[in-house]
Amino acid sequence: MNSLRRSLLKLTGSAAALASVSAAGLLRSAGSWAATWNKAAFESKAIADTLKSLGAGTPAESRDIAITAPDIAENGAVVPIAVTSKIPGTQQISIVAEKNPFPLAATFDVANGGEGYVSTRIKMGQTSDVWAVVKADGKFYAAKKEVKITVGGCG
Amino acid sequence: MSEPMKIRATLQGDTADVRVLMLHPMETGQRRDAKGQIVPLHFIQSVVITHNGKPVLDAQWSQAVSRNPFLGVRVKGAKAGDKITVTWTDNKGDKRTDETTVAAAS
Repeated sequence: MNSLRRSLLKLTGSAAALASVSAAGLLRSAGSWAATWNKAAFESKAIADTLKSLGAGTPAESRDIAITAPDIAENGAVVPIAVTSKIPGTQQISIVAEKNPFPLAATFDVANGGEGYVSTRIKMGQTSDVWAVVKADGKFYAAKKEVKITVGGCG
Repeated sequence: MSEPMKIRATLQGDTADVRVLMLHPMETGQRRDAKGQIVPLHFIQSVVITHNGKPVLDAQWSQAVSRNPFLGVRVKGAKAGDKITVTWTDNKGDKRTDETTVAAAS
């Protein structure tokens, strides 16, 4: 047992977290039971890679996911996005802006009575589709909506 | 270091509508300052919301979330007086936890 491994174990407090730490390199643990930050998914530059890293592959299109976002956002630095999933057993909601330098904006894991609803504000570099990828009962579903950006917000 | 969050939790039926406003620069690592130097990445990576101690939302974020992030969630089965705790951690290891109680519908 080398000392680095010991300290990592102490840091993350769980073997599962350790596995992803060694896989992803230096990644700080957010807390003992918090899900590990999905470095591969967040650093993907193409939407296909993002979906793959999320484990979604090619998600089925679903009409039970509603994305509330403006059709035209004047300021790309602040684009309000709300996702409502009516799919029973929703476990995870991800927001992906297709043409951002790093498409995946955020992932939300819901549990213990958290509803299939999140709303937040993201930055978008240019006009593109915004995807909501929902994981429910181990299966992935997606919906998308185009948001037009007047002034990009990534610079 | 970090400024306190603004958290509001209001009851609507048996669901608490939780709104959080965090104060954080959320630097993308792509912006340059006045001297032309790239401003390093600095963003909230993880947000955890608990309801009476039980985690209801565990969010992982990228730098694409806007500055001073807003987060809205709904928690089923909440009652007035329940405790809602929000904790964020950024990529520099800074942490902040704030809590509030669920207010009855007005």
